[in-house]
Amino acid sequence: MPNLEHPAYPAATLLHLESLVPCRESQVSMLLSIFGERQQFSFPSIFIYGHTSSGKTYVMQTLLNTLQLPHVFVNCVEYFTSRLLLEEILMQLQSCCSETEQTSHVHCDTFNDFVRLFKQAVVSEELEDQTLYIVLDRAEQLREMEANILPAFLRLQELTDRNVTVVLLSEIVWELFRPNIGCFEPFTLYFPDYSIGHLQKILSQNHPPEYSVDFYAAYINILLGVFYMVCRDLKELQHLAALNFSKYCEPVVRGEANERDTRKLWKNIEPHLKKAMHTVYLREISSLWMFRVGFGLSAHTHVELPYYSKFLLIAAYLASYNPVRTDKRFFLKHHGKIRKTNFMKKHEKTSNHLLGPKPFPLDRLLAILYSIVDNRVAPTANIFSQITSLVTLQLLSMVGHNDQLDGPRYKCTVSLDFIRAIAR
Amino acid sequence: MCFLVSLYRENFCNFNFQNVKNQFSCDQIVLSNFLLHMESYCLAGNGEELLDKFLVAVEMTWRGVELPIVHEKSSFFFFSGLLQTNDKVALKEITRQLQLENVIGDKVFGSFAENLAFLLEALRKGDRTSSCPVLFILDEFDLFVHHKNQTLLYNLFDISQSAQTPVTVIGLTCRQDILELLEKRVKSRFSHRQIYLMNSFDFKQYIRIFKEQLSLPAEFPDESFAQRWNNNVQRLPEDKTVQDTLQNLFHYTKDLRSLHLLLMLAVSNVTVHHPLITASDLQEASRQHRMDSRANIVHGLSVLEICLIIAMKHLNDVYEGEPFNFQMVYNEFQKFIQRKAHSMYNFEKPVVMKAFEHLLQLELVKPIERPSVRAQREYLLMNLLLDNNQIMDALQAYPNCPTDVKQWAASSLSWL
Repeated sequence: MPNLEHPAYPAATLLHLESLVPCRESQVSMLLSIFGERQQFSFPSIFIYGHTSSGKTYVMQTLLNTLQLPHVFVNCVEYFTSRLLLEEILMQLQSCCSETEQTSHVHCDTFNDFVRLFKQAVVSEELEDQTLYIVLDRAEQLREMEANILPAFLRLQELTDRNVTVVLLSEIVWELFRPNIGCFEPFTLYFPDYSIGHLQKILSQNHPPEYSVDFYAAYINILLGVFYMVCRDLKELQHLAALNFSKYCEPVVRGEANERDTRKLWKNIEPHLKKAMHTVYLREISSLWMFRVGFGLSAHTHVELPYYSKFLLIAAYLASYNPVRTDKRFFLKHHGKIRKTNFMKKHEKTSNHLLGPKPFPLDRLLAILYSIVDNRVAPTANIFSQITSLVTLQLLSMVGHNDQLDGPRYKCTVSLDFIRAIAR
Repeated sequence: MCFLVSLYRENFCNFNFQNVKNQFSCDQIVLSNFLLHMESYCLAGNGEELLDKFLVAVEMTWRGVELPIVHEKSSFFFFSGLLQTNDKVALKEITRQLQLENVIGDKVFGSFAENLAFLLEALRKGDRTSSCPVLFILDEFDLFVHHKNQTLLYNLFDISQSAQTPVTVIGLTCRQDILELLEKRVKSRFSHRQIYLMNSFDFKQYIRIFKEQLSLPAEFPDESFAQRWNNNVQRLPEDKTVQDTLQNLFHYTKDLRSLHLLLMLAVSNVTVHHPLITASDLQEASRQHRMDSRANIVHGLSVLEICLIIAMKHLNDVYEGEPFNFQMVYNEFQKFIQRKAHSMYNFEKPVVMKAFEHLLQLELVKPIERPSVRAQREYLLMNLLLDNNQIMDALQAYPNCPTDVKQWAASSLSWL
């Protein structure tokens, strides 16, 4: 039974549309009722927001293509300046309105020219008074362009006096878009996130033909059970599902279990998924590499440094995170007691580890280095060049200008885990 | 049925205000008087649709008024501050619309200085008795005021004051303090006539406007249906829920554009099976109109991200709104995991970092300053853009929230 009904469009098209957009029927029917019939005016601007991968771009494109409404689709990240954006809209308009395939390059600098050229371009037999839709994806980029672009787009219907509707798609809520001088408020529509049931339904649709639907559905169930707490993004989950499926099927392929042996399958896949959380989910390694080499590899574990560089780095870490007073205590053989002053009592609570590394002068680094290396270290140019190469590797960073009178100051930019990994 | 819906679309979407003439009848008389004297005006209004209405009123007056000198070529030019963003573009547009001699087709030749000189000369050539009057309407006038040196405004006002081609300049703006923004020399040439358009109706009149907007006009073809529809509309405001809905909207904003949005949403539910608008339609439309968008976004976050938001909430409570960085949030999260959580798996730091960056992308958390290349991402100071009430409300609505997370959120400072 079709849920989408609209007098202006044939029922067969609507049925087909419904099959293409699972779990989004109510949003599509809302959009259909707003769009109305082809010649009718609609809201001058519509703002659609929702999470990543909640189907905004997909639904808009499917809707406009299936019902064959005249439209222009532009991604604002791809055309990130106003000139590129306006020229692209005009070029797509040419191909939309005219029968010929050729599109000549249109020169358009300002919004004023755009309005003029738009009015000229829209007069055509093909459109026949139908509403033209201009869809701007990733509309948050419009805020970075000139200040008049966003308010002008919202009022495009009024400024050009034509039957046009601008649709803005974004992840960010409308309150963060509103310009300070006020603007024409668009109609806002929310695309809700998919619930776990919806995700199950959509992911199960992609099952490979060799296996049964139930088998794949059980696999998706397991996958969602592990990853749902961390991530609800449909695209990420699809990527993970595709990658891990072959590992899941291994027992069945090897003949150790059949499709219904859920316990065995679960025991096989569980450690694999936990490892996947660390590497594949973070996209630190590409899927191709993963297939060749296997899991457990992370990009950060294997950084080879020369002997003295390791010590330099450890010394830098100590210099960054220990306050200067404690140096004497830790690094000298005969140290005195340290008296706590009032100042220190007040500021004890904020640990250095929370606030980030502090800069330290070169002398302090060398002093700590001499005390932690067992044998004698001569301050040769070798040591200093290793310091510079650490800076190039961005394991240390230089603070302040090159020609400071006091000498160069550095900061350590690596974490404790990294230091521990090196220190082995 | 389709005719009905398209009629409403015409009225609400195209903002065709022909049927709200009565509000501006007095202004029309005033306006025609002013037009005879050919001076410059500034109009400040509350709410932009009033300006649209005024524009329509102006247009109708202009065409209808009997001026002592009537020429076929009545010159009425419309400019918008949104389109003409600086003087150069504005000047070219004026030259283009006036069809002066240095325009061929659409191209305007000459530099800025040449164009300006040409325009001023063209406007100065006439005199009051024999040339046709020119009316410039500048929409978003406050944007024109920000052009460099306000040259364009200075010249236009200058011309309108001197005894040459009769020129009237009308500026439309939302700002009430527009006169403060004008430069001294521009202000002196301005005739200081201001018309303030305010929405001065009260709730009873608001309901009357509601009924009027929703009723079908007399020319509607299906008479019996029109009768039924209008009767239904007259009865609607007697319903308590409808009154509450309208009262809510009225308290929030008086302008008619929001009312039109609401009505448009309600009318879009009208189909052949559901021919009359009911109170529940209006209620549903109102609910949709007033959704809290941030709460919606929080609804779609994963459990890990919700935990991070609760950790940030606790940090804000303890440190009274001071900015925090990722390391502090992670610390707080670790404390929760070690002490209280049984349902949450102890995620590794990079995974938590990825969740945090997702929150950054959604702009729920905003850094204080732009991230530089030198600073590490974990130590960048940020602020949370949600307040405690929003977070607690969103948690109530959050589906399948683990109980220990909820309890953590509700717990007050445990170690102070």
